[in-house]
Amino acid sequence: MTDVTHFRDEKTGLLLASDGTPLKTKLRQSLKTSRRRAFMLVAPLLLFIMASFVIPILGLLWQGVSNATYEDSMPRSAPIMRAWDGSSPPSEEMAAAIVADMIDARKAKTIGKVATRVNREESGTRSLFTKTARRAAKMEAPFVAALEKADKDWANIETWRAIKIAATSLTPAFYAAAVDMKYTADGEFVEQSEERQIYVSLFVKTILVAGGVMLCCLLLGYPVAYLMAHLPAKTSNMLMILVLLPFWTSLLVRTTAWIAMLQAQGVLNDLFVFIGITSDDARFSLIYNMTGTVIAMTHILLPFMILPLYSVMRSIPISHVRAAKSLGATNWTAFWRVYFPATVPGIGAGGLLVFILAIGYYITPALVGGQDGQLISNFIAYHMQRSLNWSLAAALGGILLAIVLFLYWLYDRVVGIDNMKLG
Amino acid sequence: MSSLPNYTTTGQRIWHYTFLTICALIFVFLITPILIIVPLSFNVEPYFSFTEGMLSFDKEAYSLRWYEDILNNGMADSSQPKSWAMFWDWLWKALSPFHTATPGFFTDMWENAQWVRAMKNSFFIGFFATIIAVALGTLAAIGLSRSEMPYRGPIMSVLISPLIVPLVVTAAGMFYFYSQDLNPRSWLLGMESENPWILAQTYLGVILAHAALGTPFVIITVTATLVGFDKSLVRAGASLGAGPAKTFWKIQMPLILPGVISGGLFAFITSFDEVVAVLFLAGPEHRTIPRQMYSGIREQISPTILAVATILVIISILLLVVLELIRRRGERLRGITAT
Amino acid sequence: MKLTTVVYAASALALSAGFAHADNHSNSDVKKALMDAQAAITKALAAMGGDAMAGGAMPSYEYPSLDGKQVTVVSWGGAYTKSQVEAYHKPFIAGTGAKIISEDYNGGLAEIKAQVEAGNVTWDIVDVELSDAVRACDEGLAEEIDMSILPPAPDGTSAMDDFIAGTLDVPCAVPTIVWSTIFAYDKSKMPNGPKTISDFFDADAFPGKRGLRKNPKANLEMALIADGVAADEVYDVLGTDEGVDRAFAKLDTIKDMVVWWEAGAQPPQLLADGEVAMTTAYNGRIFNAVAAEDKPFEIVWDGQVWDLDLWIIPKGAKNKDAAMQFLAYSTSTGPLAKQASWISYGPTRKSSSPLVGSYDGKPDLKMGPQMPTAPANFTNALQNDFEFWADNADELNERFNAWLAS
Repeated sequence: MTDVTHFRDEKTGLLLASDGTPLKTKLRQSLKTSRRRAFMLVAPLLLFIMASFVIPILGLLWQGVSNATYEDSMPRSAPIMRAWDGSSPPSEEMAAAIVADMIDARKAKTIGKVATRVNREESGTRSLFTKTARRAAKMEAPFVAALEKADKDWANIETWRAIKIAATSLTPAFYAAAVDMKYTADGEFVEQSEERQIYVSLFVKTILVAGGVMLCCLLLGYPVAYLMAHLPAKTSNMLMILVLLPFWTSLLVRTTAWIAMLQAQGVLNDLFVFIGITSDDARFSLIYNMTGTVIAMTHILLPFMILPLYSVMRSIPISHVRAAKSLGATNWTAFWRVYFPATVPGIGAGGLLVFILAIGYYITPALVGGQDGQLISNFIAYHMQRSLNWSLAAALGGILLAIVLFLYWLYDRVVGIDNMKLG
Repeated sequence: MSSLPNYTTTGQRIWHYTFLTICALIFVFLITPILIIVPLSFNVEPYFSFTEGMLSFDKEAYSLRWYEDILNNGMADSSQPKSWAMFWDWLWKALSPFHTATPGFFTDMWENAQWVRAMKNSFFIGFFATIIAVALGTLAAIGLSRSEMPYRGPIMSVLISPLIVPLVVTAAGMFYFYSQDLNPRSWLLGMESENPWILAQTYLGVILAHAALGTPFVIITVTATLVGFDKSLVRAGASLGAGPAKTFWKIQMPLILPGVISGGLFAFITSFDEVVAVLFLAGPEHRTIPRQMYSGIREQISPTILAVATILVIISILLLVVLELIRRRGERLRGITAT
Repeated sequence: MKLTTVVYAASALALSAGFAHADNHSNSDVKKALMDAQAAITKALAAMGGDAMAGGAMPSYEYPSLDGKQVTVVSWGGAYTKSQVEAYHKPFIAGTGAKIISEDYNGGLAEIKAQVEAGNVTWDIVDVELSDAVRACDEGLAEEIDMSILPPAPDGTSAMDDFIAGTLDVPCAVPTIVWSTIFAYDKSKMPNGPKTISDFFDADAFPGKRGLRKNPKANLEMALIADGVAADEVYDVLGTDEGVDRAFAKLDTIKDMVVWWEAGAQPPQLLADGEVAMTTAYNGRIFNAVAAEDKPFEIVWDGQVWDLDLWIIPKGAKNKDAAMQFLAYSTSTGPLAKQASWISYGPTRKSSSPLVGSYDGKPDLKMGPQMPTAPANFTNALQNDFEFWADNADELNERFNAWLAS
């Protein structure tokens, strides 16, 4: 018994560790140590992912609200233009600053960038800028008149309003443009003119395609998963190879394969002509349109649906269905009321995964989508690489990311990321 | 499932066979496109479709020209003499530290052929990306599977997110960020640095990007093997006097090895198959096989792509076999009987 | 052989005439340039009876040693890149020991601009259209080229005199070929095929899908010619808002049946696969499908829009020196002539013309009549107005993309 009292503090009656500190503290310390140890194991990767992945994406999002092209190249006129009210006639001060900036920007060969930036706010101002800049060095006061003499568009207040927007570096203009709105010099949002409204419908189209692909995958994946889950292990392992082979085959190989399958002289159309479904001169257009995109994406994403469904179905005891049947349920009722509800977690997991992957698809639509099979990712890439409107690309990417992160959160709630399994 | 009991009704029989037919058709849908490219890659004509000659099994309609093209495309002179003997000689001299490779067909091919260069790049980038992903991912997975791990959920979500975030967004962000000067002199001290550290269009940039994309797979597979891991084994080791390093290498590592290997395979395949990040981040000299295929499909559609695709299909079959073997070994080791 | 020389002399004449047209509102030296060109052509005609050999021995070249250096050469892919690989890359690699990385793109300045703006230029030398060359030079995207590095013709004529007059006027670019946007169809499927550019827009008489380049360039011009605008008035009309509306309205009539292509290799593929009944294309690609693959394609030259391709070196290119060497080599007399025996694009050096013979491996297939500038093909032709496109490309691209998406 003396041993026990030896480990007890005489005043407080708390248990003590061998070195005399209270056991509670000691335990807390050791827990702290092991927590720190566990965290130290994760820390390198966390740092790596932060630096190479999270920060770049945050940087991209920042691009979507900030564009300093004008301010960097036209430092004199930027603050003056920002201070302008946007409705009174352009002042001499504004004009003088712009002319002075233009001379410098032309020398630094950045005038093209500035012109492009302003042109995004008011179409047609690009050549106005480059043209005016060429003559800027010879201009004399009064500059407002000199500008208007150089090109009559300078008399148009819209030109000046466009410059005011471009001169503001921190701007919601790009996010507005990404949802087909226009941010005006008065700080209001108005609808874009009709022929320029493309992004909202594009987002809707992307979501519909992702939904369609998800449904197709479910329709095709459910029976296959069911079959494999109810076959003896040997046979189902054989069939599993047929599912895993496409899963392990390069995305580009599969996309290429679908080009060979679906084109007008392709295997499928040849088959249709041979069977007599269509004639040689009326072959179906299955590729370079939305049909091609959906078929190829369904094929590529199908394994992502089958695998979670299969693992859920395997765990459903067959006795449940038998019990239902023995209680008098028909085959259909037993399936629909007993079996199907048990597979809903699999449907949720597979469906969400397919949807998340489909909504960001880029390569397949780019290669087999033609003009109308392009999705939002393709436009993000277009603005990154061709039109060089990085801020608009960033804004579109930000919206896409928000949608995906919402679905990811949903996935975590429904399935739990811990339960994500592969192959 | 395959054989029906005697008491089934005709209706059930019809339904049963309809169901089997539907499933067969879905398997056909899954597999046919992958198999169809194999005969097409032997087409003698430079197009993607079956010719009449091919359908009537005319020998003349088939050729190996696209496979030769894989090796020859980009070479300075593909008409130089070549033979197996010369190949072995070249290989020996290229590998041996005491010789320099003799100039000729094979040196030319190794140095200049576009697909060969793409293959070298793919393996180089894939190898280092996998190493980084496996090393960091395995450590993190061990940490994450400890019950004491703080903020487990949020951290896991961040670490898995490269798998979820659309590749275009990832690649665009990386392109923008990696194009900046990352030399601390410039972003900490605000000085114009003389040697800017720009990761875009370098091997390192692509490798880091691919490593980030590959780590979620390592975490998922390694965590999965740790689920069935009996912690008392580590304690037993420790109580017998083994240090943490020793218990890790001697006890934990052999058990999670299958997960590490299959995670590594996933990471490698991710890098090997990845094209969006390469499109944004890589320069022309860092082109990988999928990047070369991508521009091939977009710009100069030739059955060479199909020949490469056929080779890749064979590689993925081999991978599948390896993975299956690992899975079985892992289950045996952890005492789970194969189901 | 004599015939080819005549054809080439004639094409050179037509070419310089085309330049005169393009330059006449900006360049006051045009008359002089034209006279120079005519003088050169007279000279070429005089030399015709001489010792020039069709497809004969190529002039020798002194290769610099570039061991361990590399050049990234960017061009348009497919048959065109192949012709360059055969004529320029292979001998250059063998002669200098340099490595060449060949990259494909689909035209435009976007990639170059992105690289220059990001301060990380990976392309060393790029094959661009004339309007893009002018724009790249204006916007500081291309290095200026010291034209004295261009080797003289084998007979000693200086490069300045050897290149067709006016073509060396852009200080950052050296021209290589004359090419053209035409339209083509499959003879075996349409025995009584279209004859004029108007037929391309006539969906009733010639049903079936149309292939068009996903770019306003050449499409707007062709639409206007088909709509009844004379070739020499096209750019005057296109210079007005009503003219642009008119061109888009004409394109609207076939918009539903258009398959858009971007890469030059796609049109012959689209025709071969039966995806389209007729398609616009770069003339060399169609020629190549006919010559190398025996495809029954027919080119309609009416309403062709021809242009130059030039090398530019992006500003800040990492391997600028090796790229300059490559540029000098590839635009010398021999390689330019050899290039034309792989694809039907005319060389821009006068001294190369007489060396052009027949298609590689097919001695009976003379290249001369296949060129866009051959007299029979040149009756209703339009030169792409580089000034117009240099000024308006951005606005028209933007409008074109909005029109496509709507």
